[in-house]
Amino acid sequence: METGEIYKKLNTVFEDVFDDDSIVVRPELSADDVDGWDSLTHIRLILTVERTFKVKFSASEIGKLKNVEGLAELIRSKAN
Amino acid sequence: MSLDLFRSLSWLPAPPSDFSARCRAVLDQNSEAAVGSRFQSLAALALDENQLNHLARAIAKAQKSQTSLHPLVPFRLGVLSNATLDFIVPALVATAARYGVALECIKAEYDQAVQQALSPDSLINRAKPDAVLVAMDYRALPLRCKKGDAAEAENAVSQAVAFIQSLRVGLKANGKTVCILQTIAPPPERLFGSFDRALPGTAANIINRLNLRLAESVFGTEDILLDVAGLAETVGLADWHSPAEWNLAKLPFSNSFLPLYADHVARLLAALRGKSRRVLVLDLDNTVWGGVIGDDGLEGIQCAQGDATGEAHLSVQRLALDLRERGVILAVSSKNEDEIARLPFRKHPEMLLKEEHIAVFQANWNDKATNITAIAKELSLGLDSVVFLDDNPVERNLVRQLLPAVAVPELPADPALYARTLAAAGYFESISFSAEDVSRARFYQDNAKRVGLQNLVGDLDAYLASLQMEITFQPFDEIGRARITQLINKSNQYNLTTKRYTEPEVAAAQDDPQYFTLQVRLSDTFGDNGMISVVICRRQSHSEWEIDTWLMSCRVLGRGVEQMVLREILEHARRNGIRKLFGAYRPTDRNKLVEDHYSKLGFILTGTEADATTIWELDVDRAAVEAAPMTVRSIGFMQETSGLANDRA
Repeated sequence: METGEIYKKLNTVFEDVFDDDSIVVRPELSADDVDGWDSLTHIRLILTVERTFKVKFSASEIGKLKNVEGLAELIRSKAN
Repeated sequence: MSLDLFRSLSWLPAPPSDFSARCRAVLDQNSEAAVGSRFQSLAALALDENQLNHLARAIAKAQKSQTSLHPLVPFRLGVLSNATLDFIVPALVATAARYGVALECIKAEYDQAVQQALSPDSLINRAKPDAVLVAMDYRALPLRCKKGDAAEAENAVSQAVAFIQSLRVGLKANGKTVCILQTIAPPPERLFGSFDRALPGTAANIINRLNLRLAESVFGTEDILLDVAGLAETVGLADWHSPAEWNLAKLPFSNSFLPLYADHVARLLAALRGKSRRVLVLDLDNTVWGGVIGDDGLEGIQCAQGDATGEAHLSVQRLALDLRERGVILAVSSKNEDEIARLPFRKHPEMLLKEEHIAVFQANWNDKATNITAIAKELSLGLDSVVFLDDNPVERNLVRQLLPAVAVPELPADPALYARTLAAAGYFESISFSAEDVSRARFYQDNAKRVGLQNLVGDLDAYLASLQMEITFQPFDEIGRARITQLINKSNQYNLTTKRYTEPEVAAAQDDPQYFTLQVRLSDTFGDNGMISVVICRRQSHSEWEIDTWLMSCRVLGRGVEQMVLREILEHARRNGIRKLFGAYRPTDRNKLVEDHYSKLGFILTGTEADATTIWELDVDRAAVEAAPMTVRSIGFMQETSGLANDRA
């Protein structure tokens, strides 16, 4: 899957999870930048990403994530 | 796949793409409908975890600002668990609205179940909730013990039961509340293999016995059971238990089952509030049996053992009968002649359902919303007691739109799954079973009553317009010939003359300049209905056409198709210099439906023949037929004798 397509889909996921249609997903975006991105919403985000992209992440992969760029890269390495 | 049937709540209609915006808008908009009703209609969709969360957020906002959630009835639920409840609580709040309940949850802190249950001044006990959900899973229980030691295994079962009972006793002692106890879904990891179930001391063996004792301990009391073990078995333990999600966030089961779990909890709350449904209204053709009784006849419909389609429909009948035995009232709403619709109940040897099982039997040509209203009135029950089962998506949506209180399950394409879908929807969830339930069926026995109709309900025209119908007219051609011939030889009900023609005869009419022919197709938002009407006109003189054949599929009845067909005939008649149309209604034992077809369309009765055939006439120049809301495409017609080009497409 191409990076552009991943970001496009990720944007929909973020809108859905954060219940905010104005959110714009960019590589350096992280939990510090978004209101309501707490540990629970993070789980919700990960589960929604897994479902949307039909991928599964291990706990250690999730633990290493720093920002959207890392997430998109992880998706790219797994999604067909 | 059947797993998805459950996981995605596939009996509910899919939410629109702007669902979340609609949730947020409920509080901002001024609308005639009460806030509670609007939340309920949003909750009545197949929502996923995130959508439930959005709806819950909007409901919480309303609760916080003291907005009335009328007509939702309030319910306060305490929730105890050994796992993370943060996702479960909003899912419960949103799902409860689906069942007409305004839910407020009092949540114990993570893994504080014992303290919360036993301490009189705990958050939950002080809140005096209407019920407490004791949501423990296998990880909370002392299940480890020596394998193969019967005494020790028995001890482990007793201890686990005693642990849950102690929570129950604590909650009861500290506040008058109903306890909802969960059965335990066993982990799929086996130790020995199949032997686990037999060997005392294994998790499978202990949990098996524990669930049985839990069920026995609530039976006949005011407390109730949430059969999580049954739910997990239904969808599969391997999918239910997600080690990754437990490790990550202590989620007690895979979050993808949250909507299903919440629905099962909410059903119990609805049952506690007396909101379970009580009537099942059945469509007949292609629901109770396969095929169309009016067209296919007693020999042609499918409801026999040994035939896959027949057995699929028999399973619907069997479920309906089982429901009736436990007190659910059965009724029929079918677009049919009454006599014809009753025929299979009376004469078909393999029908399980008989007339005596049906309390109200509405077979007529009126819209189903009107009929369902009449059924509810006859039974003195509210529309929110009614479930309506119909294979036809247009009928389902009509009823949903005009009677939002009626539950109308979506059905999969394959009738083999109808019964399973109806059962999975849990409309008739019940927490007790009394002698009164048994006698209710007998009370309505022998009735199969036909009741008169009140005024038509709701705005049918607006609904028809929303279908975005497109009607396509073409003369007979080779591509359509087989289907044209099939319709000519199969249609019985909406058929004015019931003349049968062979395929060569149909081909001959296509090529003969003395004939004007129409094949008509209809599509709408639900898809393509295919060819639904056929007309053959024969030139009688230079200025007269006789309508030799006019038939239509009953599936598209009540949508204004016949008006549009007449408009098309008139259009071509004018171009061909035709001044008069003649039509005949030749009565058979099947086509009473179209007795008034010509009079409704403005034809004048000019005579009645010896065989009761009526003859009708229409003045082409004066005829004015109102258009129905649909787009017209007219294609493939030759340049006609009057010389006008055909460019209306």
